[in-house]
Amino acid sequence: MSPAHFEYVLRLGDNALIVGQRLSEWCGHSPFLEEDIAMANVALDHIGRARMLLTHAGALEGRGRDEDALAYAREEREFRNCLLCELPNGDYAFTLVRQYVLDVFHRLQFGALGASTDATLAAIAAKAVKESVYHVRRSAQWVLRFGDGTHESHARAQAALDEVWAYCDELFASDAIDTEMSAAGIAAELGTLERAWRAEVEAHFARAGLVLPRDEWRAAGGRSGLHTEHMGRLLAEMQAVPRAHPGLRW
Amino acid sequence: MGEKHLPLWEVFLRSRRGLDHKHVGSLHAADAEQAMQAARDTYTRRQEGVSIWVVRSSDIHASQFEDEAAFFDPAGDKIYRHPTFYDVPDELKL
Repeated sequence: MSPAHFEYVLRLGDNALIVGQRLSEWCGHSPFLEEDIAMANVALDHIGRARMLLTHAGALEGRGRDEDALAYAREEREFRNCLLCELPNGDYAFTLVRQYVLDVFHRLQFGALGASTDATLAAIAAKAVKESVYHVRRSAQWVLRFGDGTHESHARAQAALDEVWAYCDELFASDAIDTEMSAAGIAAELGTLERAWRAEVEAHFARAGLVLPRDEWRAAGGRSGLHTEHMGRLLAEMQAVPRAHPGLRW
Repeated sequence: MGEKHLPLWEVFLRSRRGLDHKHVGSLHAADAEQAMQAARDTYTRRQEGVSIWVVRSSDIHASQFEDEAAFFDPAGDKIYRHPTFYDVPDELKL
């Protein structure tokens, strides 16, 4: 096992964990009951993936860290998620525009990872891709509804896209770890994913009457542990109980 | 949502072993696609079904309570409509 292999799976697990944590914040607060249940379902799908991926990462690392150790006993700088996942939920339009771009990305990524030479990762991906197919159907529907809805919903969706767009590049930013993992047949090749992703989301945003912002600035850093100011508070809430009661079982 | 609710839909599920769709509940949704997704998310979380129907509640025409006597009571004394009314030969294994 190479250190890059651990790092690669950790990144996948952290993306799932952190956006799952964000989505779970809607539980009990979504705009209506049916939507509240649906949103919690999606959050749990992500947390379920995080459990499998972090368990796998811990096994690859071989230092005895399990899913809980990786989720609850790491510091902010040790997290490897893309910044997009950790941004505050904002309004419902922001949450769902972000979710749409992530859902399409995950459907493509896990679709490709189904053919990974890492058999455990391929099995996790085969399970996750089915969830993502449904997630895209759901979030794509909301993007259309907001974008092509009222003046108010359109304005909120457009504002969401304007912010989200700057964080999307990081999903496809390739470094030495990605290159090594692609060469080993473990990872999905990010350039291929990006082309498919762009074609799909650009067409859908156009259908929803939303305009892509001009590429003016780009945010990145999460995958190397440099997070936004929001990450610390997210972790404080997520880790509070396990840190106060280490090793507690119930 | 204040006083303006989204339209009401009735949800029917066919379970894995079931032959017919059974009514399981209702939900609010703006249109058929949203109703279908909400039905999936609300009523199939524990593998309750493998097929979903959603129907606008307003499209269902229901018999009225005051029709009960005229509709249903006359069937009460017509036992010959039940297959059990007839003698079945012993040779016939049912």
